Amino acid sequence: MSVLTRTSAPLGRSRIGSLQSKARYAPTLATVGLFVAMFAVGAAMYPGFLSGQVFLNLLIDNTFLIVLAVGMTFVILTGGIDLSVGSVVALSMMIAAALLQAGWSPVAVILLVLLTGATFGLAMGLVIQVFEIQPFIVTLAGLFLARGLCYVISVDSITVTDPFFTSMAQARIPLAGKLFVSPGVLIALLVVAVAFYVLHQTRFGRTVYAIGGGESSAVLMGLAVPRTKVLVYGISGVCSAIAGILFSFYSLSGYSLAATGLELDAIAAVVVGGTLLTGGYGYVLGSLAGVLVLGIVQTFISYEGTLSSWWTRIVIGALLLAFILLQKLFTRKVGLT
Amino acid sequence: MSALLKHRLTWPVLALVLLLLLNQLFRADFLSVRVQDGHLYGSLIDILRNGAPTILIALGMTLVIASRGIDLSVGAVAAIAGAVSCMYIYSSPDPTSLQTAATGVAIAVVAGLLLGAWNGFLVSVIGIQPIIATLVLMTAGRGLAQLVTDGQIISVSNDSYQAIGAGFFLGLPISILIAAAAFGAAGLLTRRTALGTLIEAVGINPVASRLAGLDARTITWTVYIFSGLCAAVAGLMISSNVTAADSNNAGLYIEMDAILAVVIGGTSLAGGRYSLVGTLVGALIIQTLTTTVYTLGIPPEATLVFKALVVIIVCLLQSPRARTLFGRRRPPVTAQPRVEVAA
Repeated sequence: MSVLTRTSAPLGRSRIGSLQSKARYAPTLATVGLFVAMFAVGAAMYPGFLSGQVFLNLLIDNTFLIVLAVGMTFVILTGGIDLSVGSVVALSMMIAAALLQAGWSPVAVILLVLLTGATFGLAMGLVIQVFEIQPFIVTLAGLFLARGLCYVISVDSITVTDPFFTSMAQARIPLAGKLFVSPGVLIALLVVAVAFYVLHQTRFGRTVYAIGGGESSAVLMGLAVPRTKVLVYGISGVCSAIAGILFSFYSLSGYSLAATGLELDAIAAVVVGGTLLTGGYGYVLGSLAGVLVLGIVQTFISYEGTLSSWWTRIVIGALLLAFILLQKLFTRKVGLT
Repeated sequence: MSALLKHRLTWPVLALVLLLLLNQLFRADFLSVRVQDGHLYGSLIDILRNGAPTILIALGMTLVIASRGIDLSVGAVAAIAGAVSCMYIYSSPDPTSLQTAATGVAIAVVAGLLLGAWNGFLVSVIGIQPIIATLVLMTAGRGLAQLVTDGQIISVSNDSYQAIGAGFFLGLPISILIAAAAFGAAGLLTRRTALGTLIEAVGINPVASRLAGLDARTITWTVYIFSGLCAAVAGLMISSNVTAADSNNAGLYIEMDAILAVVIGGTSLAGGRYSLVGTLVGALIIQTLTTTVYTLGIPPEATLVFKALVVIIVCLLQSPRARTLFGRRRPPVTAQPRVEVAA
């Protein structure tokens, strides 16, 4: 809300530039620093915490959240928001589980799920763009629709017994030493790499940042604003579908109530990762760091046996607040927003 | 006639009437209200009673949205309110007395006021966008509620407490009376005093209203506190109705229902313009929709699909673009400068 921020007195151009370039990385660097600090504290407190596998388990347990956060980063960078991702994850899992049970081949199932996610996202993007309705309310309707469709497919949990899916669930890719990752981790990291390339090396990526920086200026610059705005929701939809498949690998089932509230975790990860909620500033690698921070909170709570699981929600809420305040501090200093 | 067609309440009311008639078609006794043991019974009464928490929360949400804000934390606040009051009653030495119930309620109300003040502080003093500021409490709130109840579902048996959600007074469910009283009070306060206009002014342009001499900060703060209060009382209704505090499921998705009720009622999410009666109609439409799904014998799980379709249609109808597309000659009233409330 730019209207609420006081514009600071005009600074020299070079001064603004240097402040901006510092401020630009600060929230993301703070996230990485926080992660390292938490890892160090964990290592000091608990035996066995300081190991490569604990770190890799963070990736293994959060593959779907990483992919979701990547899609959410695109949307938030344009100044939008996508509340439907958790439900689309659940819907993807339900479609996959139901079709696999009906005897479809895994390749066809995966393709269809990706197509569904893309269609769902693009449709929401079109409604947002063409009818000029706020992303918040459209994706909220998407949340309801996808979750409702889950229930229409089945109220009960469907077990996945397909050999390809079970093999993906059990596969361990050995790394140096006794370390290993799951195939899902490679897929998630590939998604991050592709997103990194698209955001920083392509015209599309620059348009995404430009829209977040100021939509009307982007229009005046002759950028493909409407197309880009629709596409980011499509990307978020595809990411949700990929996340759904990764979640299926992880849980080997489809359940209507799966992934409830996951959209909040994805938004929290993006914010903690240093992306500005008003759009325009942020990094997909920051979002990856954000997911790792949320993941390590969980690890802490499971290591500390006396703490109950609800502390996770409280700590995530507190982190979210801390990073929003941090952003506020930086944006106010430089007079951005 | 054309003025009537253009009135913004016409379509929502028409939709509600059609929904009710649809139910009547499938169940002949749907619209009948009968008196039994001095209480009113019937599907219409059920709709009102089950819808009371949503109506109340939507009331608070309307004023928040009118100030160009949004409150995502209401479901969590409702859960916390139920948790603290049930926990107090559960652990008090005299868990069945009226006094214990009253204290439990008072604690929940204070909790709601404080949580609302917290949201208001983040929005009006720190200047965080409303959707994000309240997202913090939405994320952490259920964790807090579980912390209070230690992750358990706390059951209480206190007749006075149970009366809030399930009791009757003068033949009417008490929860309806509470919601109606809140609506009446809010209506009087906002329409008989300048408060409503001030809220709208802040919603249209907080900076301009501040420059015009309005205390925009206090007004913003007030609407969030009011929303917290409404959410807390709704939380009391929910927990009292089932005589238990379920931190996980109490008020789950109720923020969505409330926002939908507000939008269906014709209040613009861009702020600056609201209709309390519209919200009431919107909340009733949502509750009737749920009932209709049951009446038609559709699996209740499909309710969400229907809600989604209704929202999409309503939003499309309200969007300025759709109005131009469908050839309205009058410039649409809602076409204010586009501001992304949702960030």
